[in-house]
Parts: sequence; structure tokens; C-alpha cells
Amino acid sequence: MFYMLSAASPEIVVLVTACLVLLVDSSLRDRGHAAAYWLAQAGLLLALIGCALLLPRVAGLRWFFGMVVIDPLAVVLKSFVLVLVIVALIYGREYLRPRRWLSGEYFALTLMVALGALVLISAGSLLMVYLGLELMSLSLYALVALHRDAPATSEAAMKYFVLGALASGMLLYGMSLVYGVTGTLDLQTLARTLTAAQTGQPVWVLALVLIIAGVAFKLGTVPFHMWVPDVYQGAATPVTLLVSTAPKIAAYAMAMRLLAMGLSAGAAQWSPILIVLAVASMALGNLVAIAQSDIKRMLAYSTIAHMGFLLLGVLAASPAGYAGAMFYSIVYALMSLGAFGVVILLAGAGPETDRLDEFTGLGRRSPWFALVALILFFSLAGVPPFAGFWAKWFVIKELIHSGHVVVAALAVFFSVIGAYYYLRIIRLMYFDVGEAARPLAADGDLSLALSVNGLAILAIGVMPGVLMSTCLRAIGH
Amino acid sequence: MIPLSHYLVLAALLFCLSVAGMFINRKNLIVLLMCIELMLLAVNLNFVAFAHYHHDLAGQIFVFFILAVAAAESAIGLAILVVLFRNRRSINVDDIGALKG
Repeated sequence: MFYMLSAASPEIVVLVTACLVLLVDSSLRDRGHAAAYWLAQAGLLLALIGCALLLPRVAGLRWFFGMVVIDPLAVVLKSFVLVLVIVALIYGREYLRPRRWLSGEYFALTLMVALGALVLISAGSLLMVYLGLELMSLSLYALVALHRDAPATSEAAMKYFVLGALASGMLLYGMSLVYGVTGTLDLQTLARTLTAAQTGQPVWVLALVLIIAGVAFKLGTVPFHMWVPDVYQGAATPVTLLVSTAPKIAAYAMAMRLLAMGLSAGAAQWSPILIVLAVASMALGNLVAIAQSDIKRMLAYSTIAHMGFLLLGVLAASPAGYAGAMFYSIVYALMSLGAFGVVILLAGAGPETDRLDEFTGLGRRSPWFALVALILFFSLAGVPPFAGFWAKWFVIKELIHSGHVVVAALAVFFSVIGAYYYLRIIRLMYFDVGEAARPLAADGDLSLALSVNGLAILAIGVMPGVLMSTCLRAIGH
Repeated sequence: MIPLSHYLVLAALLFCLSVAGMFINRKNLIVLLMCIELMLLAVNLNFVAFAHYHHDLAGQIFVFFILAVAAAESAIGLAILVVLFRNRRSINVDDIGALKG
């Protein structure tokens, strides 16, 4: 019994904390937000400790009738999701507090997003995949709509909601067809019993296409990318930051659970579909990002391109490929966290314009944060020796190894195009002189978190082997 | 005894109807929410039919969860709709297009 509960300890802690946060925030009127913030951080930290200490003891086992899988993959991804949410709350508070937008719902919903991601990461059955996904998505829809006086925000929330509901409907229809073909919802049983004859049936291909549509929507790859730019631009920056970090790792976990573990027998069918999605995402994301003048919209298209790149690792359908994609998802989430952290830092307490011009002359205004931003954007562009380069390196290496040489060449080609718009920001920071440069007013928490974030990217870049061997071990290679 | 295929064809028709409804409808966001509900119900029909065919309860239990999630989903959808109406004074699908680029 104790072991069973300890297998779900991070989820239980996060859920209880979310409920407590709502209670505390509504009962303490004036100082409720500060209490809610520290309570949320304490809960997340406790869940992280549970992840690090308790989960490895029960790893390799399936709990709650096979519904919850605690494997090394789940332990690593859950820890990273919790770390990302902790940092996202630090950044978010610095943005929301001066604008008086802080509310208990922000903390509670963020915790529910984390809970959904945790459930999704250790899903052992199609039912748990669906429940984790919906818990995460429904909380995200509400979070996007949280700043409710801005017309752009409510529009973004509506678009996100409608497209998200369409995607989860398609995913469910695909799941129902898989259930019809095999008669089981359990992913391990599915992987064991699925035969080559079954994967040749037309209904199977339909089911696969629908499930991939659901996964692709969550990742935000072409042709299910329409929501990404609008949500990134419309939502308040802390919410955008959250959308672009923890849910991306959860979406990678979802792709792994569904495609690589449950439907591994159909790799010959889903791999070509993923090639089309990945190449189209990299092409569209990198090309359209060049034309953007809004930093959040530009980062949205950059997300589309990066998620396409991540899919390249999955489609190689080999342990090293999966580990490469895992490395990519973690590194991408860290880079995106930092990039939006810089956007929050630049916005300060004043009105936010989100224009790229905000970066002008940052090298003179604040040499240290310009250096952090330099590390982050070089890493996003894939310049060695930063972490983003190694993420691309591992994926491309495995892609060539598995015989997809043309796809690898296309990936390099689009990455080079993509480097242009990141380097443009660096040019603005260091070589352009702005006229009305506001001084940066960074709070202690924000500057510390941002510095650590930038240095983490540098550290992973200098020693990529540490994280990569963790990923390889998590995949079971 | 109605064969399985009848149920599947009905569910597929309902599903296609709801997807078509989402794309054809340009007037009213509430109709869009109705289409989403219809889509989930089509999936439910599929699950129940398969569960009966396989003599397996898991599919029917899945339906309970889908029903509960669908209720939460429409609650959030309607809440966003109310917020949107307050800001825009309109729930016309064609009026939502300020975010572009």
C-alpha cells in the first residue's frame, strides 16, 4: 500500500497543494497571493523531492492495475517538469505582481497543468493518456483566458479551446479504433499483442493518423500549428512561458507512450507520416519566423520549427533516436524558459510592447543580461558549444544512422535559415543603438533565476554527455 | 441483433458531421461548442459498441470518463465564450480574427 501511494506521491502532493492554494488565497484576502505563491513553490519542491527519492525505489513497476507506469523515463521527465514549473512561477510572479494581475487561480491552475503533465508522463493506458492530456489542456485554456479584460487574450483562448477540443476529439476517435482492433486499452498489452497482420488493416492506418493528429496538435507541428502563434501572442507572457515549456515535455512523453511504446509495431507506418510533419514544420516555422516583428510571435514560429526537429528524433524509431528527442525536449524547454524570462525582464513593470526593438542596445543597458540572452539565442539557433547545438547534433546523428540522410540534410538546411532571426536579435542587442532605452529593473529572484537558467544552458553545452547519458539510461539503452 | 458495423457507421457519420459543422459554421460560436459535444458523443458510441463486441468493460468505463471530461470542457468553453462576448459584443465566428501575422 505504501509503495503504491509512493508511486503516485508527486501527483498527490501537487493536487493537495493546488487545493490548499485556492483555500489559502480565498481566506487570506490581502496577503493571500504571497502565501499562495510560497505554498505553491513548497508543494512543487516537495513533489520534486518525492520524484527524486521515492520514485526510483518503485521504478520499473506498473501500479494501479497497469494504469501508472514508473520507469526511468517517467522519473527524469517528471523531475524536469517540476523544475520548469518552479522556475516558471518565479518568472511569472515578477511579471504579474507589478501589474496587479496576481491571483490565486494563476497558481492553482499552474499546479493543475503540472499535475496533468505528471499524469500524462507516467500513463500506462490510453485512458490515462486522455485524462492527463485533458487535465493539462483544460487548465491551459483557462490560464490563457485568465487576463480577461484584453480582447486579444479571450480570442486566443477561444481559438486554443476550439482547436484543442477538435484535436482531442480526433485523438479519442483514433483511440476508440485502436480499442476496437485490439480489444485492450493497456499500452503494454497493446505493444505485446499487436500483430503485423493487424497493422496492415486500413482501419489501423486511420486510427494511427488520428492519434498522430492529436500528438501533433499538442506539440504544435504543421498542419496543426494554427493555434501556436495566436496563443503565444495573445496570452499574458507568464502563461505563454508555461505553454512553451512543461506541456512540450509532456507532449514528447505522450508521443513516446503512444507511438514508441504502445503502437511500436506500427513504426513502419507512423515513421513516414512523422517525416512529412517534421519537414513541413521546420520549413514553415523557420521561414515565417523571419517575417515577424513581435518577439512572442517570432518565438511561437520558432517553437513550431523546434518541435518539427524533435519529431525527427522520434521518427528514427531507435533507442538513440528517442533519447535524442528526449534531450531535445528538455533542452528546448530550458531555452524557451530563458527566452521568455528575458522577455519578462525587458517588459519590467512598464507597458509591454513585445516588439523586437525592445532588445535594442541591451548590450550597453545591461551587459550581464545581454550575455545571458546571447547564450539563450545562440543556443536556440544551434551554435556550438551551447546546448541547442548538441540537441540538434544527437538527433541528426541518429537520423543519418537510421538511413534518413535526405531528411537530415533538410534539417540542417532549415536550421541554417532559422539561425538568421535569432542572430538578428543579437545584432539588435550589441550593434544597434536605441534612442529611449529604459533602464532594466530586475528583482532579485528574477535575475538570479535567469542567470542560473542561462548558465545551465552553457553547462549542458560544455558537458552534453551528462544529460545525454541520463536520457539514454531513461530510454533503457 | 444489430451488427457492430451499423454502430460504427453511425458513429463515423456523427463524427464527420461534427467536424464538417465546425468548418462550415461561420455564424455562431455556440454551434461550434455543440459540434465539439457531438464529436465526443460519436466517440462514446464507438467505445460502447466495441466494448459490447469484445465483452470487455474497459471501453464502457472509458465512456464515463469522456462524459465527465466533456462536461468540464463545455463549462470552460462557455466561460471563455462569456469573456469573449464581454470584450467583443459578438459571438460571430467571422469576427474573431484580430490576431494575425
